[in-house]
Amino acid sequence: MNPLKTLYQEVILDHSKKPRHFHALDPCTHSATGHNPLCGDNLKVYVQLEGDVIDEVSFIGDGCAISKASASLMTELARGKTLTEFQQLYDQFHDIVTGQEPVDIDMGKLAVLVGVRDYPSRVKCATLAWHTLDAALHKEDSVKTE
Amino acid sequence: MIDLRDEFPVLKQRIHGERLAYLDSAASTQKPHAVIQAMDDCLRNDYSNIHRGVHLLSQRLTARYEAVRDKVASLLNARSSQEIVFTKGTTDGLNLLASSLGQLLLEPGDKVLVSAMEHHANIVPWQMACERFGAELVVLPMNERGELLTEDFTALLDGVKIFSIVHVSNVLGTINDIAPLIAQAKAAGVVSIVDGAQAVAHLPVDVQALGCDAYVFSAHKLYGPTGVGALYATKDLLDAMPPYQGGGDMILSVSFEKTQYAPPPHKFEAGTPPIVEVIGMGAAIDWLTQQDVTRLASHEEALCAQAEAALDALPGVHIIGRAAHKAAVTSFVLDEVHPHDAGTVFDQMGVAVRVGHHCAEPVMQFFGIPATIRASFAAYNDERDVVQLIEAVKATQALFA
Repeated sequence: MNPLKTLYQEVILDHSKKPRHFHALDPCTHSATGHNPLCGDNLKVYVQLEGDVIDEVSFIGDGCAISKASASLMTELARGKTLTEFQQLYDQFHDIVTGQEPVDIDMGKLAVLVGVRDYPSRVKCATLAWHTLDAALHKEDSVKTE
Repeated sequence: MIDLRDEFPVLKQRIHGERLAYLDSAASTQKPHAVIQAMDDCLRNDYSNIHRGVHLLSQRLTARYEAVRDKVASLLNARSSQEIVFTKGTTDGLNLLASSLGQLLLEPGDKVLVSAMEHHANIVPWQMACERFGAELVVLPMNERGELLTEDFTALLDGVKIFSIVHVSNVLGTINDIAPLIAQAKAAGVVSIVDGAQAVAHLPVDVQALGCDAYVFSAHKLYGPTGVGALYATKDLLDAMPPYQGGGDMILSVSFEKTQYAPPPHKFEAGTPPIVEVIGMGAAIDWLTQQDVTRLASHEEALCAQAEAALDALPGVHIIGRAAHKAAVTSFVLDEVHPHDAGTVFDQMGVAVRVGHHCAEPVMQFFGIPATIRASFAAYNDERDVVQLIEAVKATQALFA
């Protein structure tokens, strides 16, 4: 059972049970829906952009612990970032969940998602919210993980 | 107690260090030695293309290949092997029927009737046919137990040309009592099709007793290989149906002005088929027939009942599908745990189950859930698999408590 503790760290379980910023945002400047046809996960991400700063970001939807926790962490970490800073965060996140290299300790909270890389079938769960926020910022209405 | 585990090589391995409890047979069954050996032997000793070679290898393999048609006819109790068309599987069979029968029968304003518990393969091809020919898809409803509501069935048949129904539900395990429905459909002049993907390995199937016009299944849910299956249809229907695809063995003669089609079943078998896989399907049918389907079904149902009783005794577990007449499939959900998270924990404990919507999204919508955990049983399962399943449920609940 030990490998599971890497995937389902306390932080992940906490965020999945009590997701942060788990509500609709009305009004908002950007939004998009994300859908994983394989497992039926659905979520919607809302953004309030002030200039090039992500002033607020929230989400609603159904999903597994990994997808909910990842979305919740994303809303915490993306808040207050400029679009350029978010792009860097997005790239770091991608490296963490799909990369082979050891994870840099400086990645802070994001590092709790490192367990996902050992479960290829769960990578899409972790990435859905991030793809959806990225789509929203690029004024795309929806995104699918397949 | 039946003990067939040793006949299935894949079950000898350990998964994440644990004994493998394979409970995903509704998705695809494991293969016994007999099937693996038959396919190996075909490749080593008899392989060549079929039907068109004058050399001995081709003649030998053509005979082996066509003998499988007899085995399928016998398995389903068809009148003749000429009523058996080899397909790529259940989905391919349903697509063939939707395309060909659609062209033969459907006109604007007609209806196609399916049930509320179909998987996508018995919905989408009909939706495509309806769109193409201007027909409408209508749905036979079900109740919360996962049983069809058939009181108004005759009225529902009004305007229907094709009725396509699942024999055993892949999500709920429901065994539908289809013979009376087919009889009513026949009386109303409606063509009846049965999706037998989940039935053939678990029930004795007799197409003449059922009275259906067509019946489809896949070999890979029947202890055989993927990429192959069969479509039974009555000779009259096959004669009347237009070809589905063109090329290869489906012709008698071709000129640039006109093509004459081969008689059924070859009219529906365009191109070079999956020859080795057909041989594998024949070996699977032989293996299954030797075991006695009825005896296997009792074994599987006893294990499933044991699992459901244990699941019912656990708090926070809800079984989806409580039909009175059920095959060995149990779908369930856990309070506060998404099925995908459960699936990952189960896997770590060597328990292979399917989690998700099982290609039956309308069934999920009916029950208001995104997905289920599905444990499905087959001939090679035993009581240890049930114990492992229940241990996995408890471990999942503990992790997410």
